[in-house]
Amino acid sequence: MLTESLFFSAVLFTIGVIGVLTRRNAIIIFMCVELMLNAVNLTFVAFAQVYGVAGQVFVFFVMTVAAAEAAVGLAIIIALFRHRQTVNLSNINLLKG
Amino acid sequence: MLLQHAADAVQAGAGAHPLSGTAAEYLWLVPLLPLLGFVLNGLLSLVSAYRVGPADPGADHDAAHGGGHAVATTHGHATDSGGGAHGDDHHPVVRHRFATLTSIIGPGVLALSFFLAVAIFAAMRGVGGGVHAPFIQSYFAWMPVGDLRINAAFQLDQLSMLMMLIITGVGTLIHIFSVGYMQDDPGYPRYFAYLNLFVFFMLMLVLGANYPVLFVGWEGVGLCSYLLIGFWFSEKANADAGKKAFIVNRIGDFGLLIAMFMLFANLGTLDFVGIAAAAPSQLVFGGALVTAICLFMFLGCAGKSAQIPLYVWLPDAMAGPTPVSALIHAATMVTAGVYLVARSNFLFSLAPAAELTVVLVGALTAIFAATIGLKQWDIKKVLAYSTVSQLGYMFVGVGSGAYVAGVFHLMTHAFFKALLFLGSGSVIFAMHRAYHHTGNHDDAQDMRNMGGLKQYMRTTWILMWIATLAIAGVPFFSGFFSKDEILGGVFLRASEHSTLAQAHWLGIPGTAILYLSYALGLAAAFMTAVYMTRMMLYTFHGPNRTGERERGHLAEAPWTMTGPLVILGVLSAVGGWFNLPALIPLGPVGVLEHWLEPVVGEGALRVTNGAPIEATHSVEYALIGAAVVIAIAGIALAFARLKPDRLVPKAQSPEEHGFERVLANKYYVDEAYDKAVVQPVVATSRGLLWRGVDVGLIDGLTRLIVQSKDDDAAPGTTVPMGGLAARAVGWVGSQVQSGQVGTYAWVLVVGVLFVLGAFTFR
Repeated sequence: MLTESLFFSAVLFTIGVIGVLTRRNAIIIFMCVELMLNAVNLTFVAFAQVYGVAGQVFVFFVMTVAAAEAAVGLAIIIALFRHRQTVNLSNINLLKG
Repeated sequence: MLLQHAADAVQAGAGAHPLSGTAAEYLWLVPLLPLLGFVLNGLLSLVSAYRVGPADPGADHDAAHGGGHAVATTHGHATDSGGGAHGDDHHPVVRHRFATLTSIIGPGVLALSFFLAVAIFAAMRGVGGGVHAPFIQSYFAWMPVGDLRINAAFQLDQLSMLMMLIITGVGTLIHIFSVGYMQDDPGYPRYFAYLNLFVFFMLMLVLGANYPVLFVGWEGVGLCSYLLIGFWFSEKANADAGKKAFIVNRIGDFGLLIAMFMLFANLGTLDFVGIAAAAPSQLVFGGALVTAICLFMFLGCAGKSAQIPLYVWLPDAMAGPTPVSALIHAATMVTAGVYLVARSNFLFSLAPAAELTVVLVGALTAIFAATIGLKQWDIKKVLAYSTVSQLGYMFVGVGSGAYVAGVFHLMTHAFFKALLFLGSGSVIFAMHRAYHHTGNHDDAQDMRNMGGLKQYMRTTWILMWIATLAIAGVPFFSGFFSKDEILGGVFLRASEHSTLAQAHWLGIPGTAILYLSYALGLAAAFMTAVYMTRMMLYTFHGPNRTGERERGHLAEAPWTMTGPLVILGVLSAVGGWFNLPALIPLGPVGVLEHWLEPVVGEGALRVTNGAPIEATHSVEYALIGAAVVIAIAGIALAFARLKPDRLVPKAQSPEEHGFERVLANKYYVDEAYDKAVVQPVVATSRGLLWRGVDVGLIDGLTRLIVQSKDDDAAPGTTVPMGGLAARAVGWVGSQVQSGQVGTYAWVLVVGVLFVLGAFTFR
């Protein structure tokens, strides 16, 4: 059971990472980040079966932070869109040296 | 920590010292009392410094400074600004608001110190069979580093006891004198704070049980000397004199430090006791090492004790208040070099070549300064050169292995030179007060403006004559005995019986050096008699030259000033009784010699090849006779040749010509030093270090690296190459920053994989 859970979470995480690295749409990158977070949550839950309830508790923390992060992230993306009429990150390079 | 009675390790092994449990246990309190005085007076000074004082006292009278160097700048407004009651300024009399308190604390702590020193002295005298080993009090481990074990420790032996009595005794008298002399000075508590601090450091210097503790005192007295020379720092000349003293002393201190390093590197200890024990066996007699150590140490002595070539600071040090000249620049601090040589007799007696150097430098300084003293007009400058000359005498004494004679002269000199300086202070005080009443701006220190003062200040006159006879070496005054002992000592050691006579100095036989030094010493003694008599004649005899209106205001100083003078006068007269020669048995013979025997006896014997010097009576009579004849002849010559009635006030005096002019200008040594040392240093600093290194190299590099525009260039113009290096580095850095979030994410992931890989496959 543990092995399967960890394998599944690793797959989810990798999909998330690949999404972040390859996509250019800010919304999709954002969703991929959420995917990575939830992959980690799955790992926590899986290990909680073996090592006790601490993992379960941690998942709640992660979800809380993820919710806050989602609120802020979406707000930023909306502000970005209002400014630039696009959420394509290729067109945004304000930090260029 | 000082309160602990801390039994010392050295003593613990050898059983209790005869002095433990006596008044000597309170040794630490002797220097601590002046330190307490410093703290209290310093606080009083600080408290009053924040108050805005009376309106600028110098505004009405733009007084020229008495020394004739500079026009007084405007005085500060704060009560304690360094301006104000200069010996020669004219100011409304305003006593400091804490003056009474300071007058009690300042001399009070010194008097307590002195009484304690006397009690310790009594305890030392009371020990049956005498004190043979020094009594050492160790307070805490100061520098426990590796093999270096340096304790903050005091050492009480016969030499430090004697110095302690001189410092606290003469110091107390001078503090009391200062109460009168400085009474109207706006910086009154500051003055006493410095003076107390000086005594603290001076006691530390003579009580230290090892070279580093001595060195702390050594530097501390240098600091206080600097502070007090520049006491009236609002005049640039005074501040410059302080700086000069400090810098010249640094040259000497470098030598002392090197000597300490060499001692530690070769003997592994810096304690006097340890070095005295190790030196004879571990250092080769007359070897290059011990000679080098002694010569470096003597460089320090030459700086502190104003010997050729580092004597130039002492005459300038007269810019300080006159009691300071008496205490620091005549009686105590400047004799620290003599003390150091006597203290280090276990080293110097191993190095005849170094001792010959000391003798020769001392003798040359004695004659050199004496000739300059012949033509000085400033009363304090005469005494300053006289001090340099007498210090030369002391070095002839301690250099030739006659340590007792040198220390004896140190003691008598402390008496009569303090008296002379305080007497001159009393004269300047009277002159200044007279000038002050009439608003005259003449020079209150120039002897040409004095004359005939004996009818106005009889006490000072008589006492100054006593001191003059003492310094000139007239029989039965203190200076006669000590000077005679030094000259006799060097003459007798020129015979075959001493290691000095057998040694060579740059190829010259030691005998020749010693005889030459004896001859120079005699000549200097002659000149001393001449210039001291000249000073007395021009100051106190002949017609009065102060001017009609000022004459009525000339008066003797108050009792706080004349009282100490009287005591010093008595000491100057009878101070020689402390060490009577066997030939003149007016009382117990050679008291000081027996007293100092445990400290310097071994070293002195080593110089004379193990046997005490024995002179036939005829030789001794001849030596004493020569000294007496020389002294009387000098005084007689001065009386015969100098005509105070023909002297005219400074303003109308003609210029000197020929050799007189060279003497009046001090052989142009200051000018020569200026040309040879100061100007090249300034030129190098400006031309090479400032314009070359600072502006050219450092600023140039800076401009190359960071600045795109030159500060000096017109606005908007860029200097070629400006900021090239910075731009190049910046361009490389900026290429990494694409601004693409994706790139950053890639870098992040690759980094994470790299770290994970490093952990997994290590």
